[in-house]
Amino acid sequence: MTDAPITIDVPAAAAAAESMSAPHPLVDFCRQQPLGMASFVMIFVMMFAGIFSEWVSPHNPLDIDFASILAPPSWEHWCGTDAYGRDIFSRIIYGARTALVIGFTSSFVGSTLGAILGVASAYFGGRIDDWIQRVIDVLLAFPIIVLALVVVAALKAGIVFGIDVNLIIAIAIPILPRVARVVRAAALSIRVMPYVDAARAAGYSNTRIIFRHMAPNVVAPYLIMFTAFIAQAILAEASLSFLGLGVTEPTPAWGLMLSGNASDFFREAPWMIFFPGLAISLAVFAFNLFGDALRDWLDPRFKV
Amino acid sequence: MLRYTLNRLLLMIPTLLGVAVLVFFMLRIVPGDVVEVKLRGDGGSVSQETIEMERRRLGLDKPLIVQFKDWMVGLATLDFGKSMWTDRPVMEEIATRLELSLEVAILATLVAVLIAIPLGTLAALFRDTWIDYLMRIITIGGLSIPSFWFGMLIMITLLALFNWLPPITFTPIYVDPVANLTQLIWPAIAVGYRYCAVTARMIRSSLLEVFSEDYIRTARAKGVYEKLVVRRHALRNALLPAITVIGLEFAFLIGGLVVTEQVFNLNGIGKLFVQSVSRNDFTLIQGMVMLIAAFYVLVNLVVDLLYAVFDPRIRYD
Repeated sequence: MTDAPITIDVPAAAAAAESMSAPHPLVDFCRQQPLGMASFVMIFVMMFAGIFSEWVSPHNPLDIDFASILAPPSWEHWCGTDAYGRDIFSRIIYGARTALVIGFTSSFVGSTLGAILGVASAYFGGRIDDWIQRVIDVLLAFPIIVLALVVVAALKAGIVFGIDVNLIIAIAIPILPRVARVVRAAALSIRVMPYVDAARAAGYSNTRIIFRHMAPNVVAPYLIMFTAFIAQAILAEASLSFLGLGVTEPTPAWGLMLSGNASDFFREAPWMIFFPGLAISLAVFAFNLFGDALRDWLDPRFKV
Repeated sequence: MLRYTLNRLLLMIPTLLGVAVLVFFMLRIVPGDVVEVKLRGDGGSVSQETIEMERRRLGLDKPLIVQFKDWMVGLATLDFGKSMWTDRPVMEEIATRLELSLEVAILATLVAVLIAIPLGTLAALFRDTWIDYLMRIITIGGLSIPSFWFGMLIMITLLALFNWLPPITFTPIYVDPVANLTQLIWPAIAVGYRYCAVTARMIRSSLLEVFSEDYIRTARAKGVYEKLVVRRHALRNALLPAITVIGLEFAFLIGGLVVTEQVFNLNGIGKLFVQSVSRNDFTLIQGMVMLIAAFYVLVNLVVDLLYAVFDPRIRYD
């Protein structure tokens, strides 16, 4: 007779104990994913440099100084100077701003639209799903950089508030189908859940079901893809700028610092090549590692 | 199998049609075309009449639908039209550069796969040891380091060590194999690093999956040498999913070549693509986009067929 309450109590007690000892998610993440934490520190440093460039950088990144052209790294110029005597270290700090703004926004736009498209495709199913998937197939037939180049060719540059909006669109478009694919797969399993049927039976609109009932359940794959594609977007921006089709002079951008006369001078001034490339690599590395850690932590099933 | 292959080849048509529609209209939504870049690029003053005349010559004055129809009729007979910049046939422009890019791509694949297989296997065998962590860092490095920067570092190193600079002209392999390989192996390594990293990661994870299969336990239980278990039982099965990655990355090597050819001063299709984009050479962009997409779809088909060849359990009927 006294058995019954005890058997009910056990899981409740266990749950209570768990909730008492359960650490804050951030602490849990750091503990489980030391590499993820390390990459987060790198990202934090980069964001700090990007946001507070004016205060952090020792020189003005646009100041031309003909007295110290192609100066090697020194106490005055930590990473040396370029062919116009501009301080490379300061340009790298300001370049972090360019990379982050373009990386974040293009990945955000691409991932968000992709996720909405993926959920909608899974929710409606049938012919709509077929059509959306065919379009996605078409977009997936290109490497990110090639599709971005086609969009650049189509849109040219469109500067708004000092930011090339069309460059962001060019990088966001190749991200969109990749996210849509993964999110659709996750959403397909949610579509068959009873609560979606219940919502439909209750007469909610499609928009409401998609945004209120389905979307919150694909947040995990969405976040994972979003972080992973920040890395890809930074890489794409650097490549486009390197090709002379992305950010334009005199805006400091890492890819741009490697192009043009940087390649003419690399014999005399290898630091012009070395440091900006290192900045790109570290930034992409940090976001890749962070994305990996986030995936392992949130759900190991969603592999990018 | 033949029926399946034919079916898949037929299914290529709607996909490629989609690509054609997309690229054609995307390039033309925003005003601006090759004529402006060509005649006004240097800031020179050219009369409106000259521009109109050039537009008419290139057929850019016709309604979009007519232009599209003309292009499609050409495509159906494998005529990609003429480059709007050089007036040479698109196919000719591509063909003269294809050999070089294809060779770099093949070299990159060889280098990448030959390194990725042992790397991925070691990481899986020594899972969660320092070897695995080292491999993880090397491969994430491959995903992070831009191929053009890696190429530049290779060049700086070669310059410092051997005073070597990339030659200006391309030597085909049948003319002078040594000169050809010393020229192309470096860009191949530069684009191959990423390829190698992706493949090694795939091999590692699929090996780990295979290791938990029953047949591996059976092989070990009956006393098969561990070496044989790995080589004959595990690796053979684990390489199957890796084929997908190898194939897709091969199809996508053009993405790396677009930037790397610039660094090594190679006149391949990657460089041609960038040129055509900066010149607004619509016909050339369209032609290259069609070929890249067709190549991707074909490689996908080949990968699926290879599955059936390597794994007798898979049959397409």
